[in-house]
Amino acid sequence: MKSVLGDKKTILILLLPAMLLYTLVKLVPVLWSLGLSFFQGDLRGFTFVGLANFSKALEDAELHQAILFTLQYSLVVTAGQILLGYLFALFYVFVLRRSSAFVRALVFFPTVLPSVAVALLFQRFFEVAPQTGPVNSIFNAIGLPSIDWFGAPNTSFVVLVVVALWSSVGFFALLMYAGLVDIPEELLESARIDGANGLQLIRRIVLPLSLPVLLSATIFSFNVTLKVFDTIYALTGGGPGTSTQPLTLYMFKTTFTFQDYGYGATIALVLTLICLCVSLLIFGSARKDRTKA
Amino acid sequence: MATITAPQDVFIKPGRKPPQRARRWTRSRLKRAIPAWIGIVVVLAIGIYPVFWLFVSSFKTQREFVQESTFAMPESWNFDNYVEALTTGDLARNFLNSVIVTAPSLAAILVFGLGAAFAIEVMVWKGRNLTLLLFLSGIMIPGQMILVPLFIAYFNMGISGTYLPMILTYAGLGMPLTVFLMTAYFRSVPREIFEAATIDGASMLRSFFSIGIPLVRNALFTVGLVQFLSIWNDLLIALTFTTNPDLRPIQAGLLNFSGEYGQVNYGPLFAGVFMNVFTLLILFVLLNQRIMKGLAGGAVKG
Repeated sequence: MKSVLGDKKTILILLLPAMLLYTLVKLVPVLWSLGLSFFQGDLRGFTFVGLANFSKALEDAELHQAILFTLQYSLVVTAGQILLGYLFALFYVFVLRRSSAFVRALVFFPTVLPSVAVALLFQRFFEVAPQTGPVNSIFNAIGLPSIDWFGAPNTSFVVLVVVALWSSVGFFALLMYAGLVDIPEELLESARIDGANGLQLIRRIVLPLSLPVLLSATIFSFNVTLKVFDTIYALTGGGPGTSTQPLTLYMFKTTFTFQDYGYGATIALVLTLICLCVSLLIFGSARKDRTKA
Repeated sequence: MATITAPQDVFIKPGRKPPQRARRWTRSRLKRAIPAWIGIVVVLAIGIYPVFWLFVSSFKTQREFVQESTFAMPESWNFDNYVEALTTGDLARNFLNSVIVTAPSLAAILVFGLGAAFAIEVMVWKGRNLTLLLFLSGIMIPGQMILVPLFIAYFNMGISGTYLPMILTYAGLGMPLTVFLMTAYFRSVPREIFEAATIDGASMLRSFFSIGIPLVRNALFTVGLVQFLSIWNDLLIALTFTTNPDLRPIQAGLLNFSGEYGQVNYGPLFAGVFMNVFTLLILFVLLNQRIMKGLAGGAVKG
């Protein structure tokens, strides 16, 4: 029995293709990329420059701006996704009850849409000229002037956040809905009998019990928003100027537009480190809370 | 007989909740229902309106875009914009490219990923936990990190001008999540099934094909959907590895669409975006339950 379950040849046949692909496409390039950050050059050849890329990174104002923007974007969008998603989930569970399937599906739908299509759609939605888009039209109708949304950093940021939330809230709502449905009905019932009103019920029982889901949603959200690329590339292209340029876009431009492969690899490393730090930070604080309780 | 079975039925189906009393539309109930309905209407409007507006706009002429109100209905419902998007805009080519790239990547991800998951979870050998960990470590690392080395590698291999770089990259990148989810599904399958098959004389390869695959068929479908969406909707890989515009998949092609004409040619642009949305709308309507479960499941576990 054991010899069959541990048959070396079968293991190799089943494991090797996946392992090979994964190693060649992900593991080796990651190490290679680490190495590249000590070099300068492009397809014609590389020269070893030691820590030059890193000292350049320390002084690079555009990089600092990109880091700042990435963190800011991540923080705002994650907060929005968790908060709005949770509100939607509560709405599904406590207001719509069992008839929420249709609304759930509808709010979820934008999640499956490609971000390029969504970005192009909303670019027109917020447009000023030559056609006044629906958003500005509504502004005009209630007596406000049109806003050139993509003309200034702040308004561009607002549009980016709105689009990100529009296309992802349904997903987070669903995630947290799944968590809320797991809360035993008896617990809520007994609290109700003890005289808890709606808000108390949510604060004392629902919220503490949904903490694990909130935590995994937060980690997931940070993990995705820190790597944001498609939406911003298609919506603002990082503009105006470089005010809405995330790290991913800066890395992409450095590498493929300016052909500076070594420095591109360094920026990618910075992004990876930030992703790791944020995840560890959230995990760490969550663990601390649990030991306290 | 009847007297025995009747009470038994009550025990067989223990209703978790008492039967609901008939709803009466009292004033307090109405008061609670109205905010709920307002909420639903607002949510639906925000969710549907942009897509509806996109649909309507895709039939407008350039003149209507510039001169008429943005809320106006198009004057005629002909498909000129769609024809132009598909032919002059080359969206048909992009669409075909997407299919050419997505199908083999997806097949490789599912077949190889499933095999690896089976080897790791069902079979017994030293170092399988380490192997799983190795696969999982890939989930955290951003795709940007591997772009430069892969670009150089594909260039040196001389396959830069083909579909291969995209297919290989998508297949490799899809592996961690697939292996991770599929091992989780195999974990819930009782070991005894495979032991029994072994006693009956089946080799492990035979067990894999005749028992393993059929048992996780539903899960495989879910994982396949999740991976399909991430490949079909990807921009980063597509943009990096297609220096030749003829190879561009749909997302990268769509992007070129708004700028390539110099001044934005609204009608075809909207038609192109809507076709893109419509493809996924159809998919979503057909498979809504599975997609929702799949994406949520993938996130909670991954």
